[in-house]
Amino acid sequence: MSQSHLLSLVIWLPVFGGIAVLLAASRGDRVVRWLSLAVSVLVFLVSIPLYTGFDTTTSAMQFGELNEWITRFNVYYRLGVDGISMPLILLTTFTTVLVVIAGWEVIQFKVAQYMAAFLIMEGMMNGVFASLDAVLFYVFWEGMLIPMFLIIGIWGGVNRVYAAIKFFLYTFLGSVLLLVGLIYLYLKSNSFNILDFHALPLGMTAQVLLFLGFLLAFAVKVPMWPVHTWLPDAHVEAPTGGSVILAAIMLKMGAYGFARFILPITPDASHQLDWLIIVLSLIAVVYIALVALVQQDMKKLIAYSSISHMGFVTLGFFVVFNIYQNTHSIKGAAMGMEGALVQMISHGFVSGALFLCVGVLYDRMHSRQIDDYGGVINTMPWFGGLMVFFAMANVGLPGTSGFVGEFMVILATMKAGFWLAFLAGTTLILGAAYTLWMVKRVVFGEVANKHVAELTDLNRREWWVLGTLAICVLALGVYPAPLVDVMHASVDNLVQHVMQSKLE
Amino acid sequence: MNFERPDLLPVLPEIYMLCMACVVLLVDVYSKSESRTLTYLLTQATLFGALILTVSLHTSTVEYTFGKTFVKDPMSDVLKAFIYFITFVVFLYSRRYLHERGLLRGEYFVLGLFAVLGMMVMVSAQSLLLVYLGLELLALSLYAMVAFNRDSKESSEAAMKYFVLGALASGMLLYGMSLFYGAVGTLNMAEIYDHIKLGVDKPMVLRMGLVFIVIGIAFKLGAVPFHMWLPDVYHGSPTSVTLFIGTVPKIAAFGMMMRLLADGFQGMHVEWQSMLIALAMLSIAVGNVIAIAQTNIKRMLAYSTISHMGFLLLGILNGTADGYSSAMFYTIVYAIMGLGGFGMVILLSRAGFEADTLDDFKGLNERSPWFAAMMLLVMFSMAGVPPTVGFFAKLSVLQATVSAGFLWLAVFAVIFSVIGAFYYLRIVKLMYFDRPVDHAPIVAGPDMRLALSANGLAVLLLGIFPGTLMTVCQATLLH
Repeated sequence: MSQSHLLSLVIWLPVFGGIAVLLAASRGDRVVRWLSLAVSVLVFLVSIPLYTGFDTTTSAMQFGELNEWITRFNVYYRLGVDGISMPLILLTTFTTVLVVIAGWEVIQFKVAQYMAAFLIMEGMMNGVFASLDAVLFYVFWEGMLIPMFLIIGIWGGVNRVYAAIKFFLYTFLGSVLLLVGLIYLYLKSNSFNILDFHALPLGMTAQVLLFLGFLLAFAVKVPMWPVHTWLPDAHVEAPTGGSVILAAIMLKMGAYGFARFILPITPDASHQLDWLIIVLSLIAVVYIALVALVQQDMKKLIAYSSISHMGFVTLGFFVVFNIYQNTHSIKGAAMGMEGALVQMISHGFVSGALFLCVGVLYDRMHSRQIDDYGGVINTMPWFGGLMVFFAMANVGLPGTSGFVGEFMVILATMKAGFWLAFLAGTTLILGAAYTLWMVKRVVFGEVANKHVAELTDLNRREWWVLGTLAICVLALGVYPAPLVDVMHASVDNLVQHVMQSKLE
Repeated sequence: MNFERPDLLPVLPEIYMLCMACVVLLVDVYSKSESRTLTYLLTQATLFGALILTVSLHTSTVEYTFGKTFVKDPMSDVLKAFIYFITFVVFLYSRRYLHERGLLRGEYFVLGLFAVLGMMVMVSAQSLLLVYLGLELLALSLYAMVAFNRDSKESSEAAMKYFVLGALASGMLLYGMSLFYGAVGTLNMAEIYDHIKLGVDKPMVLRMGLVFIVIGIAFKLGAVPFHMWLPDVYHGSPTSVTLFIGTVPKIAAFGMMMRLLADGFQGMHVEWQSMLIALAMLSIAVGNVIAIAQTNIKRMLAYSTISHMGFLLLGILNGTADGYSSAMFYTIVYAIMGLGGFGMVILLSRAGFEADTLDDFKGLNERSPWFAAMMLLVMFSMAGVPPTVGFFAKLSVLQATVSAGFLWLAVFAVIFSVIGAFYYLRIVKLMYFDRPVDHAPIVAGPDMRLALSANGLAVLLLGIFPGTLMTVCQATLLH
């Protein structure tokens, strides 16, 4: 049986492309930029067959690859995607192209290292989503921290060293407990195959301990309150491209960890402790939204908005138990989970776009403070229009992708409990509050000062990036079926699996 | 009285090393060159020849000689091969450094070869006396190497501390050995093992002896609370000597621990396990925390060594084959990482300038992106971040620890690893995020550049393909 090598290509092509970019550094920045763009576009094109060739009728892992790696520990180079991980890989390859274009003129220092860092990171992120072996997953999961650390620290803002080290140590601490958990599972099952872990029966104490260990790792990545404090710093200090990748992809990895590890491996503990996740998610949705309301720095505001939206995602994952209890059918629970997954993709587009918008303004004015702006629409009408559109998507306006995920999650949560849905629904109001208030102060009104008066509208490169994202957001909002259909089988399978007790 | 000639074939590498060390000494006396090329090349050829000798004599059977006090088995062969190899690279890195400081004398290499001989004997010992013999040969050579720079006050102070404390520790080791001899009546490991298995009528004496022996081992490793000499000796020695004592003797110390604890005292596993747990926990904690406060990179690496030795003890204390092979893998990987770390300090040093403060690494990415990348790989490997080999070393040890039932110990170790990651990150931060203060070009010969690059890349490549080395470590310890 011949193996498809598509996933390996998607992982290793950007890594070796990044190394090639580093080697081409001596040929000048122009060559470096075009080479990076070529590599990222090539990787995106290579990843498209993952979607077109995807079989939506099965929940089994597709495009599988299996090779021996470390025989000493039964570690294999095992790859495969299902309906949950495949869209995330496409999101990664797509976003990297945009990030390469976005950094075209802004980055002048060590351009080759900048582009190479993003490309290598792209390969590793694809590796995280495609890995079906726990050690392979962990290698990519941790290894990704190195380029991100360098990106924040070298090309970041004033306080970048603090932000970079905080980001690294926070994430590292969570991850090492994940490692101990994975080692424990290996000793019980004598395999590092993640699918074997899914099937492994475990006692309740073991499940609870594993749940908490994994929770720390993934809660830091999502990020959930109260381990979220690294994100505002990292976002504010990172260069625009770094913020986009952080928001669009890295946060989704935490949520992916919930779906791939916590729920299937420790379903009983998840059931018992679902109230914990629901409470933390609702705190994120409500409290963090209030925090976002008082921010002065645009990037910080969008960072808190990200945390708030990710609260929706974790909520969607964990209301499944209550829904199933109340309705005894998996349809409602599956809808909640699908809503969470759609929200992940949508948030990837929308928050990426918002950070790019802030980047556009920052490139011109070198300030992210809301007070320094006002009436931008007068001098930058096209930009203003796009920014308002993305703000509406962030709020969850029907017709934009932000609506689809939120609607599905709230609808599903209704079956879990009225007050849960009520609190979750407050995001619609609070989200509108902080996003629209920011947009009003920055974009609308009279021209605030002479700096704003001198602003020039979007140039062609910025048009490409923001325009493409706008089309994606609109398309997903108006016709989400191509995305949702892909997920059906895998989500149904996951919910079925989670509902069955796994106690020894 | 019967005297049977011992089988000399298993000890051929040792005989060879002894003879060649004397040859190098004599050749050096008559060689006139200022740069000691002949001596250096002869030394490297010796090490290479010893490697060939050990590899060609390698069999998977265990051979005893000298009245069963000396053993040649797969573990001793593998450890010796790595001892030769890493010493080879150590001398390669050291040559220019020594030359600039007027320390390039033939005696340096002779002392080094005698140290290697001591290590070879330690690793192959099956008698308590032979362990002590090898240990002292190693230690005396190292004391002299530390004191090599007679005009330096720091070196002399470091040598004094090393010598006095080392003598004390050796004395404790010997006292422990004498207690064993008194209780059991023999110095031979195999016989001691049998006696312990059968049960001894003076168990307290054995326990006392074990405590003193563990103290001696702990000192040599640099485990807390017997670690006080390490930072001062690492800091005060010339960096090339620090490079030597920071890498190769750790492999020998691992071999010594295996011979003593696993071969001889395996029956008393419960007793020495609890001692090693305490040593490991303290080392991991103290090493990681105090390294944060250091501004001198040699001291920082010294404290990092202490924490790594804690991990090594973690692997050994399990007492299972899994644990031993993971500890072996960890030791070898640590020696390679230490080579890279101290090698970088030597790379950045010039005549009249020691690159041993943290600030000397500032802005290295702008001065030399390639070597900054090499140091980045070494630093992340020491922190245990994939995809470098340091991660797999930690993974093996943690796996052995959890499988032996010490889950909480594994959690303790990883939490302190995260605390310790900070000072490795700090080096990366200085190299990449700061502007350089020292703009001088890096003076290093092509041989050193090539070797250091290979060193750094090995850290990455072994991290992507660790399987072979892991299987080797597992296979050698199957007896």
